[in-house]
Amino acid sequence: MTTPSLGKDLLGLEPLSREQIELILDTAEPFKEVSERAIKKVPALRGKTIVNLFFEASTRTRISFEFAEKRLSADTVNVVAQGSSVQKGENLVDTARNLEAMRIDMVVVRHPSSGAPKFLAERIRSNVINGGDGTHEHPTQALLDMLTIRDRCGVIEGLKVCICGDIAHSRVARSNIWGLTKLGAEVAVCGPQSLMPGSIEELGVTVFRRIEEAIEWANVLNVLRLQLERMKAGYIPSLREYYRVFGVTLERLERAPRDLVILHPGPMNRGVEIDSRVADGPHSVILHQVTNGVAVRMAVLYLLAGGRPELAESAKASERGGGA
Amino acid sequence: MRPVLIKGGRVIDPSQDHDDSADLLLLDGRVEAMGAAVSAPEGAEVVDATGMIVAPGLVDIHVHLREPGREDAETVASGARAAAAGGFTSVCAMPNTDPVTDNQAAVGFIVKQAAGADAARVYPIGAISVGQRGEQLAEFGEMVAAGAVAVSDDGHPVVSSHLMRTALEYARSFGIPVAEHCEDPALAQNGVMHAGSVSTRLGLAGIPSAAEEIMVARNILLAQLTGGHVHLCHISTAGSVDLIRWGKERGASVTAEAAPHHFALTHEACFGYDTNAKMNPPLRRGEDVDAVRRGLADGTLDAIATDHAPHHYEAKEREFDDAPFGVVGLETALGLGLSLLVDGGFLTLPALIDRMSTTPARIFHLPGGTLKRGAPADVVIFDPRATWVVDPSRFLSKSRNTPFTGWELRGRVERTMVAGRTVHQAT
Repeated sequence: MTTPSLGKDLLGLEPLSREQIELILDTAEPFKEVSERAIKKVPALRGKTIVNLFFEASTRTRISFEFAEKRLSADTVNVVAQGSSVQKGENLVDTARNLEAMRIDMVVVRHPSSGAPKFLAERIRSNVINGGDGTHEHPTQALLDMLTIRDRCGVIEGLKVCICGDIAHSRVARSNIWGLTKLGAEVAVCGPQSLMPGSIEELGVTVFRRIEEAIEWANVLNVLRLQLERMKAGYIPSLREYYRVFGVTLERLERAPRDLVILHPGPMNRGVEIDSRVADGPHSVILHQVTNGVAVRMAVLYLLAGGRPELAESAKASERGGGA
Repeated sequence: MRPVLIKGGRVIDPSQDHDDSADLLLLDGRVEAMGAAVSAPEGAEVVDATGMIVAPGLVDIHVHLREPGREDAETVASGARAAAAGGFTSVCAMPNTDPVTDNQAAVGFIVKQAAGADAARVYPIGAISVGQRGEQLAEFGEMVAAGAVAVSDDGHPVVSSHLMRTALEYARSFGIPVAEHCEDPALAQNGVMHAGSVSTRLGLAGIPSAAEEIMVARNILLAQLTGGHVHLCHISTAGSVDLIRWGKERGASVTAEAAPHHFALTHEACFGYDTNAKMNPPLRRGEDVDAVRRGLADGTLDAIATDHAPHHYEAKEREFDDAPFGVVGLETALGLGLSLLVDGGFLTLPALIDRMSTTPARIFHLPGGTLKRGAPADVVIFDPRATWVVDPSRFLSKSRNTPFTGWELRGRVERTMVAGRTVHQAT
């Protein structure tokens, strides 16, 4: 059997096979331990130059990528462009070509337009990693979600996972749907119909209209952040009502027939989509997700740079042996 | 000018229900005679059209020629040459230029640029409202006197039903149609493609079919209210076709057009974020494509119009959200009609000529669209059997933004004649 590889870029989970997704998750396992050491560094990407090209505000994703890059010994540069490339006056492809002319190896791109990372990947030689594009995909977020679910539940196949909230505008939802269904989970979505994209069932998911039904059905809830501007845009009447009708509250969880695992990609709106007592309680794996984010991104960077998965363990071991 | 005798072709003229082998004599810029074995006058140029279709030149009532404003993408002259290459002898230029064609001087400028082109005839369409801002009516009377054949705020739907009503009423004084881009902007919002399964997958904001249908319904009702002639542009949905059928049954003065891309492609063309599949109205579902084809077949949709929308290559070389709407269409329309509508069994060849020439000329009151004696000698000669592969680098348009690159199409234009002069000949 040949070992699957990721190819040049990571643009989303839709184009990946089950084997490729499992490869990333398995490769992340040995990298988890690196972050637990006193000296959090391995030499795997020494000499590689990585640009974090962020056209949209991000704190946790950018920091998580930066930690992953630095713990792999890559040289990193952060480029934060305000607003869209067009408003900035220089178009995306020119920005990228200029960076590439400085001889970089990889680009992590976050962009408000769906498809921008693919557009970039088709026009530059460097590896491109999608750090979230518009309302399309956020593959590393879904990968860290899946790694966390696997840690907690042991296996993903056969699990019932419900993604709750603003599905229409969520790239996290789409990447989770693709990834989880490929790994054999049953996936559902739940939220107000005004925040549900058309024909979502065609992605192979069940739709619940009421949060109580979702809670009764699921093993795992992935609770999405509700962007506060959705109210002004007329999709929902008020945050107060959203919490009362769709909020994941302790009372609702206590009525569930089984213990649920609660994920949230952050940043949370406490008291809007999620009850603080749930976020801080024993069901929550929210901080575990953040920890896993670094390991998953290390795995993606390592694999795209051409690292062989079976060497991830030994790369780590040799560093330890070498007494950094 | 030398007389021209086109011999031995299959002459199709829907205005006379003619579809038979015949000779066609053109004299002094007009059709002089059509029939079996017309003899060539002294000094006539004789064109052998054996195996060819000879038809009234094609008429496109919806093109964007970008001049003034974006001469890098197209000019009146380059657009008129692209039209001639596609078999068109008349095109109507939409007013969303920069500055907007909303007054007699601007209309006169288009007429002047067209006169120097020596290609297809170009008829300006004036704006409905000053600056296409949807507030105050433009001066229809002066624009018509300067050469405008219709009014439209194309690209900017007339949101105010009151303004649309007065436009339809006022246009009656001049006997011109009011052409409307049917879209409820509040519903379309920031959509960039059809709202459906593909937009959900791609994470792109969608434009629901209802955004078009609401305005189609409103415009039909306003046509009934006013007695004015509303012409509905680039119809893309099955629901719109049903509404137009209903409107015509009720006796509203409504005509409608469909663009080749809407009978050729579905929203699946947007996969891969191909910006050449981004147009407005967007590409819709398979059942909509089918309804558009059937609408053209039964005459609910009167005409095929290309909505030729040239864009400089770098404008389309962008993220899907930021790329402009529109595709070029003049040089692929006949091939798509023959390959998809005639070969697909939706239209006979004479019916295709009717939808691309006779009927559009009639509903916009243009000369042409007919080979009756005395009509302008605007003629297209094409080989209905020849196939060719779409290669945008060979377009005469200044722009290359087509979703049909690499398609093999049937029907090659051999010669296009305007007023008896050859303005395009296949090489």
